[in-house]
Amino acid sequence: MLTDFLTADHGDCDELFAKAENAAADGDRAVAQAAYAGFEAAMERHLSIEETVLFPEFEARSGMVGGPTAVMRMEHGQIRAMMAQLRQALEDRELDDFLGLSETLHILIQQHNMKEEQMLYPLCDSTLADRAQILLERMQAY
Amino acid sequence: MSAGLSLEQAPPLSVPLRFFLSAPLFGLAAAGLLLWLGPDALASRWSAGALALTHLLVLGVLTMVMCGALLQMMPVLVGVRVARPRLLGTLCHGLLLLGTLSLASGFLGAGREAFRAAVALLGLGLGGFLAVMGLGLARVAQMQDNVRGMRWALLGLALTLGLGLLLGLGHSDLGLPLWRLPLTDLHLAWGLLGWIAALVAVVAGQVVPMFQMTPPYPPLLRRWLAPGLFALLGWRSLAAGYGLPLAQLPVLLLAALWATFALLTLRLLARRRRKVGDASLDFWRLGMLALLLAALIGAAALLAAPAAAATLGLAAALLFLLGFALSVVNGMLYKIVPFLVWLHLQQRLATRIEVRHRIVLPNMKSLLPEPRTRRQFHLHLAALVVLLAAVPLPALLRPAAALWLADFALLGLNLLGAARRYRAECRRIDRHPDAVSGSPASA
Repeated sequence: MLTDFLTADHGDCDELFAKAENAAADGDRAVAQAAYAGFEAAMERHLSIEETVLFPEFEARSGMVGGPTAVMRMEHGQIRAMMAQLRQALEDRELDDFLGLSETLHILIQQHNMKEEQMLYPLCDSTLADRAQILLERMQAY
Repeated sequence: MSAGLSLEQAPPLSVPLRFFLSAPLFGLAAAGLLLWLGPDALASRWSAGALALTHLLVLGVLTMVMCGALLQMMPVLVGVRVARPRLLGTLCHGLLLLGTLSLASGFLGAGREAFRAAVALLGLGLGGFLAVMGLGLARVAQMQDNVRGMRWALLGLALTLGLGLLLGLGHSDLGLPLWRLPLTDLHLAWGLLGWIAALVAVVAGQVVPMFQMTPPYPPLLRRWLAPGLFALLGWRSLAAGYGLPLAQLPVLLLAALWATFALLTLRLLARRRRKVGDASLDFWRLGMLALLLAALIGAAALLAAPAAAATLGLAAALLFLLGFALSVVNGMLYKIVPFLVWLHLQQRLATRIEVRHRIVLPNMKSLLPEPRTRRQFHLHLAALVVLLAAVPLPALLRPAAALWLADFALLGLNLLGAARRYRAECRRIDRHPDAVSGSPASA
């Protein structure tokens, strides 16, 4: 249940990312910048949902504070730092730099998503089964 | 349950990298051997040269990269616990390397001692690898399709290894008979399809939608491809062993299965939502096209007259090994190596608070520049085309071998370039004027 919602959100963020990257590849900086702003906002929302809604709940229930969620928080930091670099490249009109960085960000995000979708979300679903409905509503309203 | 929690299990960079950097060297050895032996090498599948070549490629290049990648991926992405990754990596790599060399030298006439050494080295190296991975997978709680598929692929490797060890013992002159005909066909079928192709299919199910942003493979295929493949291989093995009627039917169905997989992957790649292409994508597309052709030509070989069947069979085998398996492995290396280098640099920098914001790390594209990977792809394509032309025109075999030599050399140089860049960047981080001397420096 939580897995389905958050996995679908990953997919939505990916769509926005592809839109920005495709525009940059076509040399259309204005479209790329608009699409990238949409992607960054969606991504930031997703990361915040996890950090403020899902992870604290999982950590409280499982008692694991330094475990998988700590690694995910660390990777969120890496993703945010990369996203800032990409935004800067667009502002500086360096589309080639943007495309060099976008490949790195894409793989960073994909391998991160894979760990969440394969391991962490299913674990949250089983640990937090009784709270799933409430959590889902909080995430949707975020 | 707890096995699924280990999200921070990445082994040191040196573990996968030693496998990845060794592979092109075995490719060079295979290409060099082909250049030296010339047209005789491929005159018969039983020739010493053909057997040595096949094993240099399949063990030294393909299995080498696949084992290295699995040692990296299984802990990180599937949650398999590996207790001593550096020790396991060192042992597996060393044993596989020496075992492959012993086996190739055995085929080339080094005598029974070489076969005995190969049996011991490969049995220990791959057997140990399989034991650690198999035990680790058995403890994974979440049974996703890719975990199931991975178990099938490892079972395929185990069966191939078992049959190979039996054949190796037959060559070792220890009083065991050499059941060459029945066992070789099974060893070949399980190795190529049950291990190599099965692993590629599992990996494709994960990375094709992920890297290229394509729609997912149909759930039916992801769930049933590996069990279906094993059922057909089992049917084929029994039919061959007991001389059952319709022994050719499972082979035709196997060809149909892989042709379907290849076509489906090509269709998915055509519908990708990321428009930016790269050499890795080209390698995947070439690989799937070659798999499709290998399946069609392999099926045709089965139905053709004996004289034509040998030629068609050789073309199908070359397409499968060098056109399909090697291309996909090459394409994967171009994603995995720069990403791992970048990730390890990132982690090194993260521990250096004092210089963290003063150093900008190179991105993946500058670690492995696109023009170089594209150039190697074009060389690879040329080598494949000339080699296929050499099937009817043996005079072209030596030019083809020379192209393969260049292809593997360029692949090796590209990977080595990324590895050297890693060391240079590590030095840059460690020796930055603002770096505090005596900072943690373990890589």
